[in-house]
Amino acid sequence: MNFQGRVALVTGAARGIGRTIAEKLASEGADVIIVDVASPENAAEALDAVKAYGVRAAYRCLDITDGEKVGEAVNELVKEFGKIDILVNNAGITKDKLILMMNESEFDAVLNVNLKGTFIMTKALVRHMMKNRYGRIVNMASVVGLMGNVGQANYSASKAGVIALTKTTAKEFATRGITCNAVAPGFIDTSMTAVLSEEAKKAMFDMIPMGRVGRPEDVANAVLFLAAEASAYITGEVIKVDGGLYI
Amino acid sequence: MEIKEKLVEIIAKYLDVDADTVKTDVPFTELGLDSLDVAELVMQIEDEMGVSVELSAELDTVDKLADYIAEQL
Ligand SMILES: NC(=O)c1ccc[n+]([C@@H]2O[C@H](COP(=O)([O-])OP(=O)(O)OC[C@H]3O[C@@H](n4cnc5c(N)ncnc54)[C@H](O)[C@@H]3O)[C@@H](O)[C@H]2O)c1
Repeated sequence: MNFQGRVALVTGAARGIGRTIAEKLASEGADVIIVDVASPENAAEALDAVKAYGVRAAYRCLDITDGEKVGEAVNELVKEFGKIDILVNNAGITKDKLILMMNESEFDAVLNVNLKGTFIMTKALVRHMMKNRYGRIVNMASVVGLMGNVGQANYSASKAGVIALTKTTAKEFATRGITCNAVAPGFIDTSMTAVLSEEAKKAMFDMIPMGRVGRPEDVANAVLFLAAEASAYITGEVIKVDGGLYI
Repeated sequence: MEIKEKLVEIIAKYLDVDADTVKTDVPFTELGLDSLDVAELVMQIEDEMGVSVELSAELDTVDKLADYIAEQL
């Protein structure tokens, strides 16, 4: 796989899965733009790691739910980098609670970042991709968007929404050389899952046929596959990366 | 009228046809443009003419689009 000459924008890439995706893309020769709400200091490590591969790289501190700022930043970035070929909508948050305990603002906040943020980024970038008749959009869903999960009404609904948004995006831009697919990770070892209790983790492991959690690299590999030029005839697809959790 | 001519020119180029074959009083669909084509053209028009167009189903001919843009300028 070779991403030489390609420009990728990865959201939520200051840490976790997004950072691994950004690094892997850079290691294959792609220029990489990291977008995150993290402060530049907290994103510095990720940016340096990308730069170490000798590619063009940039960090933009940006809230993906702010449509106006996203529009401005994307226009600037397209000018700076010449184009953006690959968009990885990876930024996401959780606010887990049982439905009975969950208030509306906790529901809204998760939908806003995970679903609306994905829409906002897609809308801002797809107009540039259309002009080039080329684009690869990869959205981060989750297996809980397919199976539901106790304590994740907001999160699972947002990820199911991401899957539907992926399919609609795939249909709307299919004639323009733009593909849109999703990756649905299961239980991946990051700070998002580190907060879970030992008991919750054990319950999760017991459900995974492979008996282990996934690594960010496992997810990044699937993202790179979908982001590759060679995956031109794959669109609207959801690839689970979950060790068999949801079969 | 300048705006209309400009629109016709952009559309002719997009469709790769002669400008005189672009009728300005028929719906875009009859010119062979689907909704995504129209959206794409409008984005191009916005960039080239420095206007902002709120696309709606009523703006379905070159004439109507030209009037709309004239109001914005
Ligand atoms: N870790 C898992 O087990 C798992 C499983 C399934 C899906 N996912 C999904 O993978 C993606 C990455 O997860 P992770 O585990 O690396 O999480 P993480 O919390 O480690 O990283 C998420 C990043 O997104 C950024 N972010 C949050 N809100 C933002 C906003 N409004 N604008 C811009 N950036 C924002 C955060 O600052 C953070 O750097 C998420 O979409 C998550 O839902 C993770």
